[in-house]
Amino acid sequence: MSGEIGTERRDVVILGGGLVGMTLAIALAELGITSHVLDAADPEAQMAAGFDGRASAISTASWNLFTNIGIADRLEKFGCPIDAIAVSDQLKPGELHFRPQPGEGSLGRMFANRQLRIALFDAAKERPEIAFHPKSRIVARERDAFGVAAIREDGARFEGSLLVAAEGRRSPTREEAGLTVAKWDYRHRALICGLTHEKPHGNVAWEIFYPAGPFALLPMLDDDQGRHRTALVWTVAEKDADAWLKLGERAFVAEAQKRMGGVLGEIALDGARTSFPLGFHHAPTIVADRLALVGDAAHGIHPIAGQGLNLGLRDAAALAEVLGDGMRLGLEPGDAQLLKRYQDWRALDDFSVALATDGLTWIFGVPGKTASMVRRAGMSAIEKFAPLKTFFMDEARGVSGALPALLQD
Amino acid sequence: MTSATVTGETSSPTIRPEEAAHFGKLAAEWWDPRGSSAMLHKLNPVRLAFIRSAIDTHWGTDVTIRAPLTGRTAIDVGCGAGLLCEPLARMGAKVTGVDAAAENIAAARHHAAGMRLDIDYHAGELSSLPEDTFDLVTSMEVIEHVADKRAFVRELVSRLAPGGLMILSTPNRTAASKLLLVDGAEMIGQVPRGTHDWDDFIVPEELGELLNDAGMEMGAPKGIAFTAMKGLHLSDDLKLNYIVTATRR
Ligand SMILES: Cc1cc2nc3c(=O)[nH]c(=O)nc-3n(C[C@H](O)[C@H](O)[C@H](O)COP(=O)(O)OP(=O)(O)OC[C@H]3O[C@@H](n4cnc5c(N)ncnc54)[C@H](O)[C@@H]3O)c2cc1C
Repeated sequence: MSGEIGTERRDVVILGGGLVGMTLAIALAELGITSHVLDAADPEAQMAAGFDGRASAISTASWNLFTNIGIADRLEKFGCPIDAIAVSDQLKPGELHFRPQPGEGSLGRMFANRQLRIALFDAAKERPEIAFHPKSRIVARERDAFGVAAIREDGARFEGSLLVAAEGRRSPTREEAGLTVAKWDYRHRALICGLTHEKPHGNVAWEIFYPAGPFALLPMLDDDQGRHRTALVWTVAEKDADAWLKLGERAFVAEAQKRMGGVLGEIALDGARTSFPLGFHHAPTIVADRLALVGDAAHGIHPIAGQGLNLGLRDAAALAEVLGDGMRLGLEPGDAQLLKRYQDWRALDDFSVALATDGLTWIFGVPGKTASMVRRAGMSAIEKFAPLKTFFMDEARGVSGALPALLQD
Repeated sequence: MTSATVTGETSSPTIRPEEAAHFGKLAAEWWDPRGSSAMLHKLNPVRLAFIRSAIDTHWGTDVTIRAPLTGRTAIDVGCGAGLLCEPLARMGAKVTGVDAAAENIAAARHHAAGMRLDIDYHAGELSSLPEDTFDLVTSMEVIEHVADKRAFVRELVSRLAPGGLMILSTPNRTAASKLLLVDGAEMIGQVPRGTHDWDDFIVPEELGELLNDAGMEMGAPKGIAFTAMKGLHLSDDLKLNYIVTATRR
C-alpha cells in the first residue's frame, strides 16, 4: 500500500475505505486489479481502542472470503465461533436451541469491528496494488466516456476507469448520481454495548423476544484478563432510546440483567453504549455509468446480528469476481456490460429484502401492534421469524443465493 | 480534441475541427452501450470469452493472467470503432485494426486515444496494408458482407504468421437467423436496416471448406445463442451465429 499523493491512473477508484471498501480493495488486489482508496477519516482515530466498540458477526461465507483474500490467518485468533443459537420468548421456559448438524456448516463467528479494521488495514499496507489515501475530503467526482476521477480538497486528482462508492449509508456519491434509496424506518433503535459476565457463554448466541423487540446476546472471546464477554444488541422504541443511553450505568445494567435473567450470571458494562437506528434501506439500482455501489451505500439492514457487514462483503466479492472475469477478457473495469452483470447478480440476491420483510415487518411493521403480536404469537411464530437465527441457519445451509467464488470454500 | 490526422492509405491529409467533432460523436455512438451498437456491446463479452479460451488453448497461456497476448501481434479485420481491438490491446497484443470505412477508423482512433491505448488503425482494404503477418487474425461479422468469400479467406490466411491463430465469427444461414437477425433485428432497429443480406450468409460447413482450400483447419464451431434467461451466451446451438478458430494444417 502506498500513501503518496499519487495521481497515476489506476483501475478502480474506491471512495470510502471502511470494512467493505477495504475488503473490496484487497479482493481486487488479489486479482491484480489496482485501486485508489480514499477515505475521509483518520485511520489512527478509527483504530483507537474506543472508536468503534461494535462487533460484527462474520458468516461462514464471509469467512471464506477472508480466507480467499488471505486475511483469515491474522483474524483467526480474534474470532469467537457461534456454536448454537437459542431463541426465547421473554425467557419463558422452553427456549429453542439451533445447532447445525455436522456437515450442515457452521453459524459464523463474532469479531470486534476494531480487529477487522486492523487486519484489513495491515493486509492493504502490504499490497502495491492499493494506494490508500486517508483524511481525503472529496470535493468533486467526474465520470465520462473514458474514465473517472475523484478530486480532493487540495486539488489532487485520482483517476481510474471505475468509481466505487463504499461511503456507507449516507453516500454522497450515490446521492450525486441520483440513485434512489427506498427506506423503511421501524422507529426503533438498537442499543449496542459490550458486556463482561460471570458465567461462560458456551458459544451460544441468544435472541430473546420482548414486546419492545428482540434482545440479542452475541458471544465474544474472553479478554486478556480472562473475563467472559458478550456483545449486546438491545432493541428499544426510538422515543425511549435517548433515555436508555443516558440512564446511569448501574440502572442500565440492572435493566439489562432483568431481560437476560441468569443466562450469563452477573454482568457489567464493557465500554461505551452506542445506538443504531433500526431500519432498512435499499437502492434498487446499484450501478450507473462507470459507478458501482457496495456495502451500506447500496443497502443496509437492521443491526440485530451485525449482518449488515455480511451483505456488504457479498457485494465486494461479487464485484471483484465480475471485474476479474471481465479484465481477463480485456474489458476495462468501467465496462457497462460488467456493471450490468454485477447489478443483475446482486438484484437476484434479494435476500436482504426477504430478511427485512419476513422478520422485521412482522415484528415492527404494524405500529402499536408489536407488543400484542409478540404476546399472542407465541414461540412457534417467534421461532419462524427470529432474524438472527434465520440469517445464520440459512447461511449455514447455504440457501442464500448464488455465491461469488470468493465466498465459497 | 483539436485536430486528428488520418494516416491510412486512403488518407485525406488533416481533419478539420468540425470533422474531428463529428468523429468524436461517432465514436461516442459506437461506444455507447445503450446506443445503436447496443447489440455489439452485449455480444462483445461473449465473443471475448471464446477468444480468450482459444488464445489460452492455442498458446498454452495461463488462464488467470491479464495479458496472454504479450509479445504477440494481432489484426482485426473489419474493426469498426475498435470494440475488439481495445480488449486485444489490453490482453497485451500489439494491435492493428483495419476497416474500409474511414469514419469508423477515425472514431476508433478517437476512442483509443481517450482510453490511452496504442493501436495502429488503418482505413481501407486489407490489401492496402504493408505486407506484415500477425500472430492472431480476427474478423468478426465481416465475411457475410464480402462478395468474393474465397478471395477474402485467402487474404486473411496470407496475413497469418507461422504458428498463428485465426478467429472468425458470422451469422449462420438458417431460417432462425433470417427471422431474427435480418427481419427481426432490423425491424426493431437493433441493427441498421440493410445491414444483412441473408443470401450472403454462410453455413459452418461452407466456411470449413473455404478454410480448408486455403490450407487451414477449422476448429469446432461454437454457437452464439440467445435466451431470455441467459441473454447472449456461448452454446452448442449454431442456429443464429457461430464463432470458430482456424489454424494452418
Ligand atoms: C454508528 C454505526 C453503528 C452500526 N452498528 C451496526 C450494528 O450494530 N450492526 C450492524 O449489523 N451494522 C451496524 N452498522 C452498519 C455496519 O457497520 C456496516 O454494515 C458495515 O460496517 C459495512 O459498511 P461499509 O463499509 O459499507 O460502510 P461504513 O462502515 O459506514 O464505512 C464507510 C467508510 O467511508 C468513509 N466515508 C464516509 N463518507 C465519505 C466521503 N464522503 N468521502 C470519503 N470517505 C467517506 C468513512 O470514513 C468510512 O470509513 C453500523 C454503522 C454505524 C455507522
